[in-house]
Amino acid sequence: MTQRPPRPAADLDHQLAELEQEIGRLHVRARDHSESRETEIAALEQRAAQLREEIYRNPSPWHIVQLARQAQRPRLVDFLGSLFTDVIEIHGDRLFRDDPALLTALGRFDGQPVVVLGHNRGKDTKENIARNFGMPYPEGYRKALRAMRLAEKFGYPVISFVDTTGAHPGDQAEERGQAEAIARNIQEMSRLKSPILVVVTGEGGSGGALAIAVGDAVLMLQYAVYTVISPEGCAAILWHDASRARDAAAALKLTARDLQDLGIVDEVLPEPLGGGHRDAEAVYRVVRDGLGRHLQALREVPREVLLDRRYAKYRRIGRVVETLAAGGDGDRAEARP
Amino acid sequence: MLNWLRRPKYGTVERREMPAGIWDKCPRCRNLIYRKELERNLMVCPKCGYHHRLSAVERLEITLDQQAFQEYDASLTSTDPLGFEGYGAKLAEAREKTGQAEAVITGDGTIDGRRTVVAALDFHFMGGSMGSAVGEKITRATERAVESRLPLVIFSASGGARMQEGVLSLMQLAKTSAAIGRLHEAGLPYLSVMCDPTTGGVTASFAFLGDIILAEPGALIGFAGRRVIEQTIRRKLPDDFQTAEFCLQRGLIDMVVSRAEMRATLARLLAFFGAPRVAPAPEEPAPAAQP
Ligand SMILES: [Zn+2]
Repeated sequence: MTQRPPRPAADLDHQLAELEQEIGRLHVRARDHSESRETEIAALEQRAAQLREEIYRNPSPWHIVQLARQAQRPRLVDFLGSLFTDVIEIHGDRLFRDDPALLTALGRFDGQPVVVLGHNRGKDTKENIARNFGMPYPEGYRKALRAMRLAEKFGYPVISFVDTTGAHPGDQAEERGQAEAIARNIQEMSRLKSPILVVVTGEGGSGGALAIAVGDAVLMLQYAVYTVISPEGCAAILWHDASRARDAAAALKLTARDLQDLGIVDEVLPEPLGGGHRDAEAVYRVVRDGLGRHLQALREVPREVLLDRRYAKYRRIGRVVETLAAGGDGDRAEARP
Repeated sequence: MLNWLRRPKYGTVERREMPAGIWDKCPRCRNLIYRKELERNLMVCPKCGYHHRLSAVERLEITLDQQAFQEYDASLTSTDPLGFEGYGAKLAEAREKTGQAEAVITGDGTIDGRRTVVAALDFHFMGGSMGSAVGEKITRATERAVESRLPLVIFSASGGARMQEGVLSLMQLAKTSAAIGRLHEAGLPYLSVMCDPTTGGVTASFAFLGDIILAEPGALIGFAGRRVIEQTIRRKLPDDFQTAEFCLQRGLIDMVVSRAEMRATLARLLAFFGAPRVAPAPEEPAPAAQP
């Protein structure tokens, strides 16, 4: 990887990792040589704790972007393995091919049948190349829609995990209708007759994320991000300076807390200090708990009410003003030839 | 152009980016075209057929029957909800330049005597980008079509979501698409016309959800940008990539229709889908047929 210019948050992360290694070495030495290293270890532990505090108590939006991109963050397959039982993966859009960047599965949550889908990111380069880094082609989104229709037919809830830098930007994806596939999913999810729960777990990259992220409840992990464009892309386009990505990360209001304030995210799921990759079990616990509560609440909602509420949820997102006429909604201005 | 639609509200408007001389150089064939001739030809180059970009006002003028337009939400505009660096100034500049409050005009009017709700995006207003206001106006227009049992025609021309409003812009894809979904459920026709350029978030929402999708010749239509795609696949793309003709050949749209034929084509489609004539066919011939 090339060095991005300003990454102090990541640098602190690096320092912390070195400290933790050193502490580990001292523990080993103390054990192997029966030496007492307690004071030394205690001092280092204290320094490490300070560092953790410093980094994580108030992470900047740019630092949160780094956390969201952390390679060891829990991925869809981890959630599948830890939160669901009786998992059966299903494949293909029935039109072109099976897209490994988007996984669809049948499974049980708390013993109840659900349909699970999501961006299928890997943990290492090999996995990621095989799964196109979780960046779907149109056939991935069409596979997702097929799985959702299946859920609708049997009245099962849909649980969707969002974690992608975006839809695959390639010539073949364009030729096969990337835009149409995303638009279709967004429209159909807005009126699918099954409860839909969305969890943004890592990166929520623009239309490629939204294509599986329209739902009755949108939950978001504390250090996930959700954005209309990457901070780097935003800085390059608006300010012609990709190195201002840090500023763009702050300006775009892409963190879970920001999005909760804007009425886009319904609940922020807290992560362990320092990010989910430090304690995956803790992440599974908050996601399981969040899904359980929202599923329970949604099961009790009649279908028509569910769809009306879902429509209203998206209907009210946005900030507009009437600049000239005093009239409000429904006001009509005559044409003035 | 006919100039019957309302005059701009926000100061003076330069009608076009081209020099206001008597002759214009065609950006495609480089021929010098007499300005009057170009205007008579609906801003289509008579030598090579290049379709110049139109403002939303111009689009409505050449599409709707004269004097039949009732605008919706003319004063509705985006705020600067995120306090985004430079956004306020850009909005002000766009209003000054176009005379419009936002990047879309919505309302209802008649095409060949058939009433329809219509929206036209304006690429000259911040690249026709969709923020809260564009999303809200498209959504309200769509809801009015449902309430009034009218068809919907949208002319798209947009670079995509307006990044200065962050995820609020992205959510307009969901809001508009949900509204279009209700229009489909209501059994009302939606004709989507893609003009140059229609890219990004607008393609990934209402523009690709039409019952019938039309496009102007040569219009750029696509989700991802050419440069990003070239970086991904590490080779040059062919010149015709993401053009209207390319999309037609790949099965993504229904038809490519020249500007001269667009109004008549929309009228035929509206008639086919059962939109009733509410007014007699206009006495003056369609603009395309004017001398
Ligand atoms: Zn020409």
